[in-house]
Amino acid sequence: MKKNFLKNSIVQSILTSLICIVLGMIIGFIVLLFINPAGAAEAIISVAKNFLTYNSANMQLKYLGNTLVKTAPLLMCALSVLFSYKVGLFNIGAAGQYVVGACACLYAALAWKWSWLPCMLLAVLAGAVFGAISGILKSYFNVNEVISGIMLNWIGLYSTNMILSNVKEAASPYTYQLTAAGEQALLPTLGLGALFNKNQYVGLALPLSVLMAVLIWAILAKTKFGYELKATGFNKNAAKYSGMAEKRNIILTLVIGGALAGLGGSLLYQTGYEQWQCTHSSLPAMGFNGIAAAFLGGLNPIGTIFSSFFIQHITAGGAYVDKTMYCSQISDLISAIIVYLCGFVGFFKYAMNSRIEKSEAKAAAKEMGKEAAAENKKGGKE
Amino acid sequence: MLLLIQYTLLFASILILVALGGCFAEHSGVINLGLEGIMVIGALGGALMMRYLPSGTSAVAIILLVVLASTLSGLLYSVLLAVAAIHFKADQTIVGTAMNMLGTAAATVIVKALNTAANPDDVSSTVQYVEEKAAFIVNIGGFEFNWFMVFTVIALIASYITLYKTRFGLRLMACGEHPQAADSAGINVYKMRWAGVLISGVLGGLGGIVYITAGVSEWKFEYGVAGFGFLALAVMIFGQWKPTRIALAALLFGLFRALSNVYFGFDFLVNLKIPSGVYNMLPYIISLVVLAFTSGKSRAPKSEGIPYDKGSR
Repeated sequence: MKKNFLKNSIVQSILTSLICIVLGMIIGFIVLLFINPAGAAEAIISVAKNFLTYNSANMQLKYLGNTLVKTAPLLMCALSVLFSYKVGLFNIGAAGQYVVGACACLYAALAWKWSWLPCMLLAVLAGAVFGAISGILKSYFNVNEVISGIMLNWIGLYSTNMILSNVKEAASPYTYQLTAAGEQALLPTLGLGALFNKNQYVGLALPLSVLMAVLIWAILAKTKFGYELKATGFNKNAAKYSGMAEKRNIILTLVIGGALAGLGGSLLYQTGYEQWQCTHSSLPAMGFNGIAAAFLGGLNPIGTIFSSFFIQHITAGGAYVDKTMYCSQISDLISAIIVYLCGFVGFFKYAMNSRIEKSEAKAAAKEMGKEAAAENKKGGKE
Repeated sequence: MLLLIQYTLLFASILILVALGGCFAEHSGVINLGLEGIMVIGALGGALMMRYLPSGTSAVAIILLVVLASTLSGLLYSVLLAVAAIHFKADQTIVGTAMNMLGTAAATVIVKALNTAANPDDVSSTVQYVEEKAAFIVNIGGFEFNWFMVFTVIALIASYITLYKTRFGLRLMACGEHPQAADSAGINVYKMRWAGVLISGVLGGLGGIVYITAGVSEWKFEYGVAGFGFLALAVMIFGQWKPTRIALAALLFGLFRALSNVYFGFDFLVNLKIPSGVYNMLPYIISLVVLAFTSGKSRAPKSEGIPYDKGSR
C-alpha cells in the first residue's frame, strides 16, 4: 500500500518541492554559517518565522496580512510563468509585464482619476500587450522568448520610470500616495482587513488571485483550449500536424500570461501598500520570484497558491534577520537556490521511481519465494 | 566624439567577451542563459581582488591578478550549469535563470557581509576600486585606452582559431550539431560539453569585470549587470554563432549602449530633447528589432539545449 502512495504523481510533486525547500534552507544556513557562525541558527529561524517573530497575536495577524498583500501579486506572476510553461514557453518577461501593469494602473489612477476597475483592466491590457509582442516575435520571427522577454523587461522598466515621473511627488522619487491622490482607484477591501487586525491593505486582491488560480487550473484541466495548449507544449509538430493552430496558441498563451502578470501589478499597487519609485534601476523581484513560486508549486495552479505564500513568507522573513550580521537578501539567495534545485525535479522523480521499482521487484521476488516455500510445506524461516 | 569611440569600444569588448562565452557553450550543445549571473560573480571576484590587493602592487600584477580572479570565479560558478545540464539532464532554462538570480543575491550577501564586518555602520553592497582601476587605463591624448580591449582582441582571435582551426574546436562544434554522431566517432561528448561550459564561464567572468570597471570606479552589487548577459546573447544570435560576425554585431550594440553614457556631449542630440530614459532603452529596442530580422534563418547549433543521452537515438 505504501508503495502505491509514493507512486502517486501529486505526492511525488509535493515531496520533491519539500526536498527543494529543505535543501534550499540547509544551503542558506551553510552560507550564513560562513558569514558569521554566531547568529546563523537564529537568522535562519527568523527567515522561516517571518510574522511569527511578533509575540502578540494582533501583531502577528497584522503582519500575516502584509505578507498576504504581497502574496497576491506574486501568485499572479507565478501563474503567468506557469501558464506559459505549459506550452513550452519560459515567460521570464513576467517581471516586465508586472511593471507595465503597475505603470498603467498608477498612471490612470493618479493622472486621469479613473476608478479601480478601469485602472485594473488597463493594467491587464498593458501586460497583455507586452506578452503579445513576445508572442508575435516568437511565432513569426523565431525570436527566443527568454531573450525578447528580458529586453522587454528593461524597456518596460525605463518607460515606466519615465511615465510615472509625471505623477510623482516633487520632493521624492516616489509617485503620489494612492490614499491621498487617487482614493477612487483603491481596490475594495470587502471588509477583509478586519480579519487581520484592521490591516487596510488586505482586500479584493487576495480572493481574486486565488480565484484566478482556480480559473487557470480549470482552463488547463477541463477545456479544449487548455488541452491544445498542453499538446503544443508536449510536441509542437505533433500538435500542428493534428490541426492545432500552434502559432495562434503561442501568441494567445503569452497574451494571457502577460495579462496575468499585468493584473499582478495592479493587485499590489492599487492596494496603496507601496508607491512606485521612479528611480528604480533594477526590476522589482516580484516577477523573478514568480518563477521560483511556479516551479516550487510543481507547475500546478493550486500548488502555486501555497508555494507563492511560502516564497513571500521567506522573502518577508528576510527583513527580520539581525542586520548587524546579515542582510535581508539572504532570502533572495534561498529562493534562488530553490529555483536551481527545481531544475533537478526530473532527476528526483526519476530516482524516486527507480527506487520504488527496485523495492517492488525485490518484494515480488520475496513473495514468489515465500509461495514456493509454502508449496513445499517447509515453512518460511524469515 | 573621442569619448563615444572609447565607450563604444569598451562596451563592445564586454559584449564580445560574453557573447564568445555563450558561443562556446552553445557550440558544445548547452544553452547558457546564466551568463548574466556568471558576469556578476566574475565581477565580484575581480572587484574583491582589487579591494584586497596591497596598495603598492605594480600595475602589471594588478592586471594579471584581477583577470585571474574574475576568470576563475566565472569558471567555478559555471560548474553549477555544467553539473546540472550535462549530468542531471536538468532544464537549462530554469538552471540558467536560477544562476542569474543566485549570482546577484549571492554577490549582494557576500559584499554586504564583508562591508558590515569591516565597518558595522556600512550596510551597502558597494565595492570601491578607484586606485586599482587606474592600472587598466593608459591615457593617449584624451583617449582612455583600456587593457581589456587588448584582452578582447586576443580572446577573439583565439576563439576563431580554436573553433575553426583546431581539432578540439571542430570536435566541440560536432557535439552541438549531432552528439550521437560525434560519440560514434570516438569523441567524449560529456567532456566536450564540460569544456564548452567552462570556457563560457571564463569569458563571462572576464566580461563581468570589464563591465563594472567601464566608466565607474565603484559598483553596487545589488544592481547585477542590467541584462548585459542577455544583450550578449542577442549579439551572439545576431552574429550567427560566428566569432567574426559577433565582433561586428558587438560594435553596433556597443555604439548604442555608449550613446546613453555620452549623448549629452553632442549638441544636436541634446537639442532633440529626448529624455534620457529613451537612450537607456535604446540598446534593448535595437536588439529586439535586429533579432526580429535575423532570427528567421537561424544558424543555431542543431542540438543545443538537448541533454545528451548515450542510450537515445
